Order: sequence, then structure tokens, then C-alpha cells
Amino acid sequence: MASVSIETARTETANKRSKPNRLAPNYWPFVVPALIVIGAVIVFPWVFTLWMSVNSWTLGQEQTFAGLDNYIRLATDFRFWESLWHTLIFTVLAVVAPLFLGTLAALIFDAQFPLRGFLRGVFVMPMMATPVAIALVWTMMFHPQLGVLNYLLSLVGIGPQEWIYNRYSVIPSLVLVETWQWTPLIMLIVLGGLASLPREPYESAEIDGANAWQKFRYLTLPMIAPFLMIGVIIRAIDAIKSFDIIYAMTQGGPGTASETINIYLYNTAFSYYDIGYGSAMAVVFFVIIVALSLVLMMVRARTNWSDMETR
Amino acid sequence: MSSSFWKPTRRSFLAGSAALGAAGLVGSRPASAAVDWKRFAGTTLEVNLVKSPRGDTVIKYLAEFEALTGIKVNAEATPEQQQRQKATIELSSGKPSFDVIHLSYHVQKRQFEKGGWLADISGFLKDPTLTDPSLTESDFAEAGLTFAKDKDGKLRSLPFSVDYWIVYWNKELFEKKGLAYPKTFDEMAAAAEALTDKSTNTYGFVARGLKNANVPVWTTLMLGYGATPLGPDGKLRTTSDEAVEAAKLYQRLMTKSAPAGISGFNWAESQSAFLQGKVGMWLDGVGFAPPLEDPQKSRVVGKVGYGVMPKGPKAQAAATTGDGIGVTAGSQKKEAAYLFCQWVISKEMGARLLQAGAGVPFRQSILADAEVRKGVTMPSAWVDAVAASGKVSQLALPVIIPVTEFRDIYGVGLTNMIGGADPATELKTATAQFEPVLAKSEG
Repeated sequence: MASVSIETARTETANKRSKPNRLAPNYWPFVVPALIVIGAVIVFPWVFTLWMSVNSWTLGQEQTFAGLDNYIRLATDFRFWESLWHTLIFTVLAVVAPLFLGTLAALIFDAQFPLRGFLRGVFVMPMMATPVAIALVWTMMFHPQLGVLNYLLSLVGIGPQEWIYNRYSVIPSLVLVETWQWTPLIMLIVLGGLASLPREPYESAEIDGANAWQKFRYLTLPMIAPFLMIGVIIRAIDAIKSFDIIYAMTQGGPGTASETINIYLYNTAFSYYDIGYGSAMAVVFFVIIVALSLVLMMVRARTNWSDMETR
Repeated sequence: MSSSFWKPTRRSFLAGSAALGAAGLVGSRPASAAVDWKRFAGTTLEVNLVKSPRGDTVIKYLAEFEALTGIKVNAEATPEQQQRQKATIELSSGKPSFDVIHLSYHVQKRQFEKGGWLADISGFLKDPTLTDPSLTESDFAEAGLTFAKDKDGKLRSLPFSVDYWIVYWNKELFEKKGLAYPKTFDEMAAAAEALTDKSTNTYGFVARGLKNANVPVWTTLMLGYGATPLGPDGKLRTTSDEAVEAAKLYQRLMTKSAPAGISGFNWAESQSAFLQGKVGMWLDGVGFAPPLEDPQKSRVVGKVGYGVMPKGPKAQAAATTGDGIGVTAGSQKKEAAYLFCQWVISKEMGARLLQAGAGVPFRQSILADAEVRKGVTMPSAWVDAVAASGKVSQLALPVIIPVTEFRDIYGVGLTNMIGGADPATELKTATAQFEPVLAKSEG
């Protein structure tokens, strides 16, 4: 009996330890600093942005309550929808191109060959450069008359291109710069994934007579899918909020051909000083980003192979 | 130091300036016997400047002002776009962090007036204890005074530097084709087409095609058709026959005679193209001239002609933009700040600006001074173009608050025209888009 009661007492003590009362007053001093910081840098700016979005406020002029006017204006603003479309196109291309090339580069750098470490170091260098500096260099390279790219094309018999100076080629040209800078990031992520893959499935596949493509398609690709998904999430977040390179290279031009939501939002708030309308745009953009993040998180959960194992 | 030294007479001040190594500089000192430059010694001024050749000149000689007045100056110079944003945000808060502001009249004049952001300095200008007798209203070019005064006639800033739109032309290319500098718009378009030879990458004309930046090119042409974007009644005239004709000419020049990719060109790309010696004419502000005569940067040194804007069908007009310098309404040191503004536009600072080709002072006495002109490093044709442009000067952009929206909205239309869109339709669309913005801004 005595031993039973001791066991019971131990279990109760263990339960108490494992389930502390999180609302006990003595914990609050530890929580308050974090609450203050979150309130000041996240909650307050958002509440203030929401408030401004229902006001008509241009700097230097009277502020008046406008209700949902700014949101209604957004719905009928052709430039906003156009910028949304540009954002979508740019984001898709700026995710897909580095993903494809980065995976290819990772497969190459995963193999053993002389100077592999050195070349890998060289390959990741673009990632370390400052976006605005990159933008200025590429702008010079894209110059239709003076740029080196058209010179290189002329060497292989291709006529001069207008790159960022033409409304039809501006977004692909900007994506080219993004791809050049961010392919190494995908390469590093996938390379990490490749290094962690088990050898056994490959040995089995070799015994079964699988060729290189079959091994990649049915073994490597499914196993690195979670890593690719991480790459997609990072790139998508980065591309959708891309501002510096686009602003420094084209400022959304020619015309509005490369104007993404970020650029339009910036112009509205800080060039036209229409803070109310710019805030409404920021709120809508935020909702879009949250929705996209949820979709990506759901997709990521499906590609996670540790989860698949436990199913 | 004796007190007489710190209350300089013209003679003592000249001696002092010589000691500062400024003896080689032309012009008289800004000080007079009556102005007590040391009155605010010990004060600290915060100054917000545009990063430009004008702003750089002020910063370069700042120590002279500090020595002259005993006022400490903290000057900040940021690129134009960022400076405008910072200024607007701070001024609208009512408590700007600066006492002196460098402004672009052609963009900010009306906005600053409506916000009441600049102090009325009319009284200071008339105060002989604060203002050198050589500084009078009548010394400023007319465009300068139009810029600096509000609608009630109060002086809100001091006109600093003017920029006229001129035509830079490559004399060598013109000679090769046996052409003379065009006197009219028709001749200009014809010459541009005659000079263009795509097989040798030679083009007759270059100007801004980039959205926003391109609008002054169109308004410059519009002035030649005898119209301004805004009528005296405050209504837009951007769908008028004159506006459409100007847009058609813009389209013709930019599609038939300009290099590929022109719709992405701002002044910098246009300048680069002209510097290579493969462009016949470049239409832009007179302040971009110095690199053209710099052998390190230019292949057209000594070959550049500086032409006054050719005559349009109804008028000859040099589109004009300008910078000013003013005292903020929220400043607690308005008189000291005014002394600084006065020094910035003083004769010797204006001479430095002109001689380096960094800007053109609004003060007529500086331009007319033979000694000052002798020191100008730019060719005499440049000075002649400046002087002649001053005689046909007209404001390049409408004096409204939403200048940036005006430039953006019409700029997109102009870019579309380069892509082949119909000028009349584009102007109609842009006007429909801009009208409510303008109405709201003045409402």
C-alpha cells in the first residue's frame, strides 16, 4: 500500500511539473517586454495602417474619414490590377527559373570533380552582392547601345535587344537579374538536401537496373522535394516583395510595364503622398501575401517526407 | 579679435576673404557695412539640400559662411527624389528637423505654398540690417520671382538657380550632312531624320523617353505651339490641338530619329548617348553641359553647339525649371536661416555656380558681370545660349500640387506613343485620369 501511495504521489508531482500554470502572475514580468515590442512594432503599425486606409489623407492636406472609398477605388483602378498582374508574372518567373537552374547546379556540384569547392564558392558570389549595386551594373549591361550584352549577342550574330528599355522584354530581363542573384541560394538548399539523402535506395535501384534519369525522377526528386519546397517558399516571399532591383533599374517603366504592387504602393504613398490610398493598397497586399503563405505552407506539409513516413 | 573685425566693413571683409584664400574669386562680398553678419554667431542651423551640383557647391564653400557669421551649419544633401520625400514628410509634420530647405520650384512650389511650409521673408529682404543692398527683387529674372512669390505676392524663398531647356547639337555630324542648326520645329525634325543612319548607329535626336522624366520634353514642345498644360482659368489644356500637335512631334522625333530603347532613357542615358558622338541633337536642361566638355568623359569635346530652343509654329520658348532656397515656417532661427539663404545666392556663390557650369543664377547682375563671365569654364556658346534662353523663358511645368502625378500619368501616355499609340487618344485618356487628381488637390 505504502509503495502504491508513493507512486501516486510521484505521478501527481510529475503531472504538476509537466503542466505548470502558464497564467500564474509571477510569469507576467517575463512576458510584458515581448508584448510591448510586438505591440509597438507589429500591432500598432498595422492598426494605424488599417485606420489610415479608411481615411482620405494626402500629406499637406486635411485628413477626412473616407470609409471604404479607398478600397472601392482600388477595385476600379486599372493601374492597380495591372501592377498585380506584373507582380504575379514576376513572382512566378523569379521562383521557377532559379528553382530549375539551382537544382541543376546542385546536381552538378554534388558530383566529385576537380576545383569543385572553388567553383562552388564562385557560384554563390552573386548572392552576397548588394541588390542596388547589382541593379546599377546590370542597367549598364542592358544598355541598348553601350551595354556589353548586346555586344556579346552581336558576336554570335544576334541583333541588338532592348532588354529593360522595352515594355515586352522588361519583366523577363528583371527576372534574369533575380535569377542570376538567387540561383545560388536554391543550389545551396538543394545541395544540403542531396548530402542528406540515404545511399540504400540508390543501391537497390542500381540492382534493379534503373538508369540515371529513373534514379533522379523516382528517387532524388521525391526525396529532395521538401528542400525544393523550402526554396520555393523563400524565393516566393522574396520575389513578391522585390522592390530594390526593380526600382533601381526601371522605376516600374517603361511606362508602367514593370510596375509591381510594391512600386505602385511606394509611388502612391511617397511620390503622390496619398497615404490613405497607399495604406489601402498595403492592406490588400498583406492579405494576398497571407493567403499565398497559407497555400505554400499547406503544400509544404504535403511534401514533407518525415510526415509521410509516420502516416 | 576686435569687434570691428567681426562687424566687417566692405574693406575689412575683403581683406578677410583674401586671407581665407578667396582673393581669386570674382565679384564683391555679400556683406555690407550695414549687415551685421555676426549677429547670430553661436547659432546652429540645420540645412536640407538636394544632392546636385548646386548643393555640392554650397557644401564645398560652407566653411566660408561659418567663418563669416560664426553660425554652425549642419548641412545634409540627399538625392532629389529622396530629398523631396523627406522634406514633404517632415514639413507636413509641422516640426521639420531643418531650418533651411532647398526646393525644386517646378515640382514643389504649389505644394509648399498650400502647406504654408515656408516663412514669409519679404520683410527680411527689405531690412537693411539683414540684407545686402545689392540684393534687390529687381535683380532676379522674372521667372525666379514668379517661382519665389506666392499668390499674395509674399516672398517665400530666394531664387537660387535656373535651368533652361536648350538643344545640344553635334557640330561635326551636322557639318558632315551639310546641315545648319535648325531655326524651327520643322527644321529640327527634318534635320533629325537626315542625321539618322541606323546602319552606323547614328541618330538625329535624343531626349527623355522614361515615364515622368519625359513630360518636360513634351511641354517644352507645347510652348512652341503657344500653349501651356494649364490655362489661366486653371483648366487642363492637354487635349487641345496644340497639345496634340506637340505630342505628335514628340512621337515623330522619338520614333524616327532616336536610338532603340529610348522609352527607358532619362537624362543620364540621353547624355551618355550624346557623349559618344553618335547623336545629332539632345534636348534637355542647360545644367547637364559640363561633362560634354570633359575629355575624360566625352568624345565630343569642342564639337558641341549650344542652341536656343528653335521656334515653334507660334512661339519661341525656353522651358524653365528652377531651384530655390527658403526658410521653414517652423524654424525658430528664421533670421539666421535667412542670412544663410542670402549667402547661398550671393554674387560670389552665383559666380562659382556659373563658372563651374553647375547652375545658372537667377540674379541678372551675376550673368551680366563681365568679370564673372571671363571665369566661366564652359564655351562662350553655352553662356550665349543661357543668356538668349533667359529672354524667351517660360515655366516648363504647371504650378500645381500634384506635379508628380501629372508627370507620371502623362509620362505613361508619352511612353505609349513611342510604342506607336495614337497621341490624341493617349492624351485624352491621361487627361481623364488626371482631372480628378487635380480637382482633389485644389479642393
